[in-house]
Amino acid sequence: MSKTMLEIKSLRKSYGSDLVLKEVSTSLAEHEVKVLIGASGSGKSTLLRSINLLEGIDDGQIFLDSQDITEVGINPDEVRSQIGSVFQSFNLFPHLNVLQNITLAPRFVHGVAKEVAVAEAMRLLERFGLQDKAKQYPDLLSGGQQQRVAILRAVITRPKVLLLDEVTSALDPILIAEVLSLISELKGEGMTMMIATHEMGFAKRVADQVLFLHQGEILESGTPHTILESPETPELKEFLNALRDAGRL
Amino acid sequence: MSYEPSALRLQREEARRRVSRHSTVVALLSTLTIGAVLAIVVTGAPGFKLVRESFFNPHYARTAFPSVLSGLWLNLRVMIFAEIFVLIFGLLIALARTSKSPILYPLRLLATVYTDIFRGLPLLLVLLLVGLGVPGLQISWLPNSAVTLGTISLILTYSAYVAEVIRAGIEAVNPAQRMAGRALGLSQSQTQRYVILPQALRKVTPPLLNDLVSLQKDSGLISVLGAIDAIRAAGIETAQSFNFTPYLVAGALFVALTIPLTRFTDWLTRKQDRARVQQGQW
Repeated sequence: MSKTMLEIKSLRKSYGSDLVLKEVSTSLAEHEVKVLIGASGSGKSTLLRSINLLEGIDDGQIFLDSQDITEVGINPDEVRSQIGSVFQSFNLFPHLNVLQNITLAPRFVHGVAKEVAVAEAMRLLERFGLQDKAKQYPDLLSGGQQQRVAILRAVITRPKVLLLDEVTSALDPILIAEVLSLISELKGEGMTMMIATHEMGFAKRVADQVLFLHQGEILESGTPHTILESPETPELKEFLNALRDAGRL
Repeated sequence: MSYEPSALRLQREEARRRVSRHSTVVALLSTLTIGAVLAIVVTGAPGFKLVRESFFNPHYARTAFPSVLSGLWLNLRVMIFAEIFVLIFGLLIALARTSKSPILYPLRLLATVYTDIFRGLPLLLVLLLVGLGVPGLQISWLPNSAVTLGTISLILTYSAYVAEVIRAGIEAVNPAQRMAGRALGLSQSQTQRYVILPQALRKVTPPLLNDLVSLQKDSGLISVLGAIDAIRAAGIETAQSFNFTPYLVAGALFVALTIPLTRFTDWLTRKQDRARVQQGQW
């Protein structure tokens, strides 16, 4: 039994009177990949943003590698430096080239020497066939390239957990494929990940477990096969039917 | 394979040429007409001869030129000195105003009050208050030269404008950029320095340069404190000859001084607009 990397206990979060997460509990073992599915507004993004402390929570606790990161007085920068986050809209820094984007956190958050950070970044870029983009600015890259760079930017510091929030939702099918194959490689390396996605085929491929979120609650969880093939709750059935009708399953 | 333009293409190109010839002719005619009307109105004015004599006199222009030019040298030094400090103070004030840290609250309050006051006060009033008020305090270590006090007034006023421009730039950077910076583990101030500020300054460079052009011409106002700049030098010449041509000489020199910066600003704005269109951000 490998150790628990992330543990979420009875997480509760509301925006005003709007309860977006109610009593969410789940955990992530080291090297485990969990995929969150659910309609827009089901709380997937809020859950991920609570984990890297970009969103304050109302109640509950989150443990990262056995440390309570929701404790009063915790340094959020310190916590975030151990978590990788990638967003739907890439959010690369447009004034920095690819190499500078990737080396920013190693250099200024982790205090790695510039040459070391650059060498490590180049190694990553080469591995994923992006080495000739190193000196380019994000605007000149395709969406798929931008998102792959954003993922490399998040993993170069070897985070304990990588959070991916609908990272392919802004991309067309060909570009989605290149981003997903990068994520599959990361899984092969043993990266611990929590992924929110609408790509069910991908969920099936990489997920150890799939969580179905509905109105801020985890209604079902299980292997991709059980969740996608034999849903139990009417909510999940309806969600899967809607996906099927849209040709996305 | 050789490409033979189709008749359709030739026809389109001919049509485009026709339109562009037509535009040129219209522009030329309208310019000539307006020019002629202006010439008739101005030269036909009853006092035209007198005005030409006292404002456009080549003799006085020549004799006044050296002293006005050496006055301009003072303006040039004042504007460069002021520009440097305005950019530094403007940046600091903008940072203070956009900071969120509670410990900086007094600073934020001070910066807000400062910009409110100095954006509202007419520059002429600031010049008179500082230029005449500070020496009146009779504190020995305070500067009392007209040039220094005039420069300080310019810095006081323009720092407030520039701070507001930079603040607008900081607030115009997409909040997702700040979030992305923080998500990487960068602290508040690191995010500000490496992520937000570089983007903000790029966004506001054209309006910033615009304020600097304005500062350049307003450096002529220090003449009210008695500093012998281009305008004051022209005034002295005029007082001797009762001919106003030296003022016109000073004016021409100021315009010549600001044109390079305005052209540069225009060029930069156009370049940024083009880049934005190419990236699809309208």
